[in-house]
Amino acid sequence: MIPLLIAQFGIVLFVFVMLLSSAAVMVLFERKLAARLQQRFGPYLVGPWGSLQPLADVIKLMFKEELRPAAADAVLFTLAPIISVTAAFTAFAVVPFGAETTLFGLIDEPLRLQVADVNVAILVIFAVASMSVYGIVLAGWSSNNKYSLLGGLRASAQMISYELSYGLSLAAVLLVANSLSLSDIVNGQSGTWLGFIPRWYVFLQPIGFLVYMTAGIAETNRAPFDFPEAEQELVAGYHTEYSSMSFAMFFMAEYINMVTVSAVATDLFLGGWHGPFLPESLGWIWFLVKVGAILFFYVWTRWTLPRYRYDQLMAFGWKVLLPVSVLNLIATAAMVLYFGL
Amino acid sequence: MPSLNDYLVLSAILFSIGSAGVFLRRNLITILLSIEIMLNAVNLTFVAFGRSFGTVDGQIIVFFVMTVAAAEAAVGLAIVIALFRHRESLDPDSFMTLRW
Amino acid sequence: MTLFYVFGAVAVTASLLVIAQRNPIHSVLLLIASFGALSGLYVTLDAPFVAVIQIIVYAGAIMVLFLFVVMLLNASQETTEEDLERRGAPGSPAATPGLKVFGALLALALVVELVWALTRASVGGDFGEGSVSSVAAIGRTLFTDYAFPFEVTSVLILVAMVGAVVLARRGTPGDA
Repeated sequence: MIPLLIAQFGIVLFVFVMLLSSAAVMVLFERKLAARLQQRFGPYLVGPWGSLQPLADVIKLMFKEELRPAAADAVLFTLAPIISVTAAFTAFAVVPFGAETTLFGLIDEPLRLQVADVNVAILVIFAVASMSVYGIVLAGWSSNNKYSLLGGLRASAQMISYELSYGLSLAAVLLVANSLSLSDIVNGQSGTWLGFIPRWYVFLQPIGFLVYMTAGIAETNRAPFDFPEAEQELVAGYHTEYSSMSFAMFFMAEYINMVTVSAVATDLFLGGWHGPFLPESLGWIWFLVKVGAILFFYVWTRWTLPRYRYDQLMAFGWKVLLPVSVLNLIATAAMVLYFGL
Repeated sequence: MPSLNDYLVLSAILFSIGSAGVFLRRNLITILLSIEIMLNAVNLTFVAFGRSFGTVDGQIIVFFVMTVAAAEAAVGLAIVIALFRHRESLDPDSFMTLRW
Repeated sequence: MTLFYVFGAVAVTASLLVIAQRNPIHSVLLLIASFGALSGLYVTLDAPFVAVIQIIVYAGAIMVLFLFVVMLLNASQETTEEDLERRGAPGSPAATPGLKVFGALLALALVVELVWALTRASVGGDFGEGSVSSVAAIGRTLFTDYAFPFEVTSVLILVAMVGAVVLARRGTPGDA
């Protein structure tokens, strides 16, 4: 009954709203989980089990005064959080999160649960990740503040260093999957071996998965790689001078980047929306479960591991992670050639 | 549907804008940026011709041009940094000591 | 057709502003906008791979390098005493407006000549049917017909890396 075009507009709106609310949910999730890991309760006063806490945070942020240092470059100062949050949202545009569905017969043709199905989807994700560096480096520069500048330059140097390992681990998956389109890669992971082991690429590429997750954590500037925004060392790094909604935009961009990295990891390594016991049309439930598991791992890592110092971080990225990802790529190529996958 | 000539005219305009930047600006970094504009105009020409002949060779040449541009930008900026350390200036006219 | 005009207008305007801006950081950002428009033009030319590679390599890596260097040298406030006196002093070659006019005329002559030469070529005309070129086709041609330039390019990048590190190093080669 609903034509496909309207449904596609609906998907765009749906993904946008879901990403916004995922940032809010992640705030609460992180605080509650951090609290439990530290043997205390998290927020529990606002709403049942603290569930209205994100709403309270958003209202507080909206009512704060929007400050701008007088010596800051006005255009760049306003542009930097916009670039960050735009790149964060755009990266999710090519990530599929469910099988083709007709929403129980409401739509005329099967609707693919993906905003844009390009056949170079993996490269698009990589390209948008490169663009998100600009938000940080411009924020650091335009604040006209030495702590911000140091934080901004360090964060961007870290991000471009870990992009290499990120890309090489993606390339190893491409060798196995034989396609650049994320939908094709997920569909290649349906079915099982021996009846109970799912055909996920994490079993074919364990090292690639570890490299991808490490590089992903470093790309999103999360602990243990969050030296650029370390409270103890650099005031608050590149977002020191930002308040109210601009700060909220950086905050949101970081959480949405985490969700995107987790969603791409799920699609590439953990089989996307395929799973037992549920029909294909309800595959998005499995997708949510897997993304939630990876986000749990993210938060767990942050509150367990101490922070890397900046030179240790860069040495790790160039001298350990990059050679490991190159060797992974070579080994994968050899095995594809030998086993004829 | 734009024809090949449209793309060629556009790339000619971009190339001239880049060369105007090299002629007119007195700042080393802006001169390097203008060189990048010229290289991009050439890339557009290659892709347009490749499409018009129906081969992928145009895109492959673009691949090589991009690599060369990256290498040239890296070395050029290293030279700019070395010069700046020496003379504290980014004006090409301040490096004229080899004049007769 | 409208996509071509939109992207073309953005590319030309952004490039004009690049060479007109005083502040190098604004120049770099406008050049990134121009690269984005060019990437859109590559998509209209059925070359999605080149379009994405343009964003990854040019807008995402080379421009970050430019931005770092501009910030390192604090280039937005780079005019020293020497520059100002040389620029302001009458009779010095950099101050004459005649040079700027001459440069602009040279660029204008170049664009007229290029447009005339390119549109006279007999191959100008509508594009053929052409399929969307796949990454697989590019890879196949790259590693068979163009394998030697590919290997040479990797050596070139190595040389450029070593050269950039050596040239930008502080101190003479005799020190540590």
